[in-house]
Amino acid sequence: MLNKTVAELAKGLESGEFSSTELTQEYLTQIKSEDSKYNSFISVTEDHALAQAKAADESRAAGNTTPLTGVPIAVKDIFCTQGIKTSCGSKMLDNFEAPYESTVTEKLNAAGTVMLGKTNLDEFAMGSSCESSYYGPTKNPWALEKVPGGSSGGSAAAIAAGLAPAAIGTDTGGSIRQPASFCGITGLKPTYGRVSRWGMIAYGSSLDQGGPMTQTAEDAALVLNAMAGFDSKDSTSLDKEVPDYTAKLSEPLKGLRIGVPKEFYSEGLNSDIAATTQSAIKEIEKLGAVVKEISLPRTELSIPAYYIIAPAEASTNLSRFDGVKFGHRCEDPVDLYDMYTRTRAEGFGDEVKRRIMIGTYALSAGYYDAYYRKAQQLRRLIKDDYVKAFEEVDVIMGPTAPSLPWTIGAKENDPVSMYLEDIYTLSVNLAGLPGMSIPCGMVDGMPVGLQVIGNYFDESLLLNIGHQFQQATDWHTKRPA
Amino acid sequence: MSWEIVIGLEVHVQLNTKTKIFSGSSTQFGAEPNTQACAVDLGLPGVLPVFNEEALHKAVAFGLAIDAEIGKKSVFDRKNYFYPDLPKGYQTTQMDYPIVGVGHVDIVLDDGATKRIGVTRAHLEEDAGKSLHEDFEGFSGIDLNRAGTPLLEIVSEPDIRSAKEAVAYLKKIHSIITYLDISDGDMSQGSMRCDVNISLREKGESEFGTRTELKNLNSFKFIEKAIATEVERQAEILEDGGSITQETRLYDPDKDETRPMRSKEVANDYRYFPCPDLLPVEIDQQYIDSVSANLPELPDTKRDRFMSELDLSEYDASVLSSSKALAAYFEQIVDVCKEPKLAANWTMGELSSALNKNAVEIEDCPVPAQDMGTLILRIKDDTISGKIAKQVFFAMWEGEGTPDAIIEAKGLKQVTDTGAIEAMIDEVLAANPNQVEQYRGGQEKLMGFFVGQVMKASKGQANPGVVNKILKEKLQG
Repeated sequence: MLNKTVAELAKGLESGEFSSTELTQEYLTQIKSEDSKYNSFISVTEDHALAQAKAADESRAAGNTTPLTGVPIAVKDIFCTQGIKTSCGSKMLDNFEAPYESTVTEKLNAAGTVMLGKTNLDEFAMGSSCESSYYGPTKNPWALEKVPGGSSGGSAAAIAAGLAPAAIGTDTGGSIRQPASFCGITGLKPTYGRVSRWGMIAYGSSLDQGGPMTQTAEDAALVLNAMAGFDSKDSTSLDKEVPDYTAKLSEPLKGLRIGVPKEFYSEGLNSDIAATTQSAIKEIEKLGAVVKEISLPRTELSIPAYYIIAPAEASTNLSRFDGVKFGHRCEDPVDLYDMYTRTRAEGFGDEVKRRIMIGTYALSAGYYDAYYRKAQQLRRLIKDDYVKAFEEVDVIMGPTAPSLPWTIGAKENDPVSMYLEDIYTLSVNLAGLPGMSIPCGMVDGMPVGLQVIGNYFDESLLLNIGHQFQQATDWHTKRPA
Repeated sequence: MSWEIVIGLEVHVQLNTKTKIFSGSSTQFGAEPNTQACAVDLGLPGVLPVFNEEALHKAVAFGLAIDAEIGKKSVFDRKNYFYPDLPKGYQTTQMDYPIVGVGHVDIVLDDGATKRIGVTRAHLEEDAGKSLHEDFEGFSGIDLNRAGTPLLEIVSEPDIRSAKEAVAYLKKIHSIITYLDISDGDMSQGSMRCDVNISLREKGESEFGTRTELKNLNSFKFIEKAIATEVERQAEILEDGGSITQETRLYDPDKDETRPMRSKEVANDYRYFPCPDLLPVEIDQQYIDSVSANLPELPDTKRDRFMSELDLSEYDASVLSSSKALAAYFEQIVDVCKEPKLAANWTMGELSSALNKNAVEIEDCPVPAQDMGTLILRIKDDTISGKIAKQVFFAMWEGEGTPDAIIEAKGLKQVTDTGAIEAMIDEVLAANPNQVEQYRGGQEKLMGFFVGQVMKASKGQANPGVVNKILKEKLQG
């Protein structure tokens, strides 16, 4: 039963080959015996999962099914789940149980999926390596000494390790796509506003977007079908019809116009990753697409723009963690000031503190114009570059990340070198576009991801390209030994 | 030295929307602590705000009522500071793009002149919760019921020159918001609160002096006293050649003094920036027109109408239109009795003094306006005299029934039967032969004495007109 795709599991459940309870039990057993190697889960929700599996089997027996009824999934521990701990990878929320359900998990519950557990992440989704979690780093199943990428590293590792057939992640600056690339899976960040942020703990509110992490593009389409849609509880979600994302998977790619930004193949890119992604693009060209070099001149500026805007938003999003109402509170505070400072000093890790300080600084009187306002101006220019590019091409392709997964701890004392790893993914969030990473080759025994960036609401096209590529190649089927 | 007082006011008005500005919780006042605070109001992780359109509607109505520019695109910002009753660590407010722009409010000064006070802006924001410092040993309690209640903050230009003007301006704002029914305006419950910016400058000086801000005043009386006290304090410092420190101060009504707030209570850098969870609020002319078309009659319009249609004096019209409830009460009386002048006299006279004496608001007046109208009708149709009417009114105030029932029960009906009155007059004349002699000898002012005697004999119920007429005939006889 393990190592099947969501589409295959759905068939097996439909045909009665196995029940959701059997399937769920199988995964739970696997997680129990294997996850100590990877640390991909923060919480394994066994009882909850078995209850959901039983309910799914019952509703199937009653003839009441969706394409995902009974399919197990893992959920990044940033989505609030009623009555189940939601830690966001932080000591601050180690004791937090939300009294409400995130819209994403509520929709998945309604679709009949079974939540296996909550996966590890960089604390408050701040990081590109899944090392900053209060619950310890997640390890890359392809090489346990390497990082799985982040921040949705737990979700990516769980899939690569065969501990979950699919998972939910969030992406603020690459947090779905980069771990997908590092772990050799498929990850899609939808257009900003496509998936509700209600109940998803905010990092950079204007950038955060939830999305599917799966073994195949087809699976991503199935899961996105269940996640996407307008939510009156999220003012930034868009009231736009949700297509069936599986409908166009099989369309030919003939005439597809691919733009390859020259800035994505410049200094700083691992030459093997360059070659691997270029040959993947050639492969897609063979499927009938036309490739053209384009320019996204402000690519480099996406790093300073992002590392101002995201921390600025984060610095105030995280003000609510003050020890007053929920979460960690220091022992025996002598007064209010003491409670605030010790609670936050104890509850947050270094990277979170670093970003709160950057963001606080960038919004301060006297610095606002030089930093925050400037960054917002850059953001508009970056978006304009994409809008212009999409006048000439249908999609943009390149590497998801400039480097292979690094050794755990290697960048611990050099946060800026880690920020630079986000160069190809950040601009997509700044512009609010959909982006996908699909496995496209191996370098030094580690998977490499191809990033496909689409125009607004072109998720169907991205998934169509991913599916066609995966029909023609088998990189997505590779699993660590 | 002669000082000019310069005052600018920031008025916070709680809008009477059914639910909070960014959540579905009720805004009802007085519930058990934290029973009207949902996950959004508590600022739990992952929750998101959704803007309440009713608050927008009310803010736009206010803007139109003060003839202000309406912001067709307004933006919510986060104002960041830590305080336990501020659940998210920031207040959602409007900084650069408020919903209401420049407008104005006209006030009437003591000398009857009208003064125009500029309104710089009015913006929407969320109220904070309340800290309860007394009830918990070693702790402070936090009640978040109020957190997220919509506020309209109305900022005036520094156009106000005295405590009296400040109060007149506030009363006008109060009158506008209650006319519009966008707030209950109940200051005792904090529905309208005020921060006062005060500075002094030498008469004739064009530059402003250094100002201080008095926070959170919530009664007209305190505001007037607080301003007077702070003006005195500043003047003393300046007279002594000192300088004013720009700071936020609190007024202590018990000691009648102002003192600086502790520095920890004053945040310095609020790090305002646009709230990424809320889209800019965009409205079109059609929306504004539809709010405009449904605006109720406003105090100034009503005052003018009272003058033109009901022929009231400017003073009476101003007083009666100053409060929506009072105006409504008065208009109901007029509806019944069709006697605007009498209705105005009664409303501003007996009724107002009874209300004041008993510290009762017009909204809680024990006498229905309908009954006041009937009472005036009974004066008009000579059932009772004006003097007896007062007696009836007091009985009405005490809840003894409708005017007709009281007149009947107490036998207060005016005697207009000329025969009965003639008999009483004959008795009075017979009992006072000397006075009759003197009157006939030319001392006509004794007329009052005879009328008084007859009225006394009739227990006040004789119709004074009839008494006068018959007395004159008899005496001249």
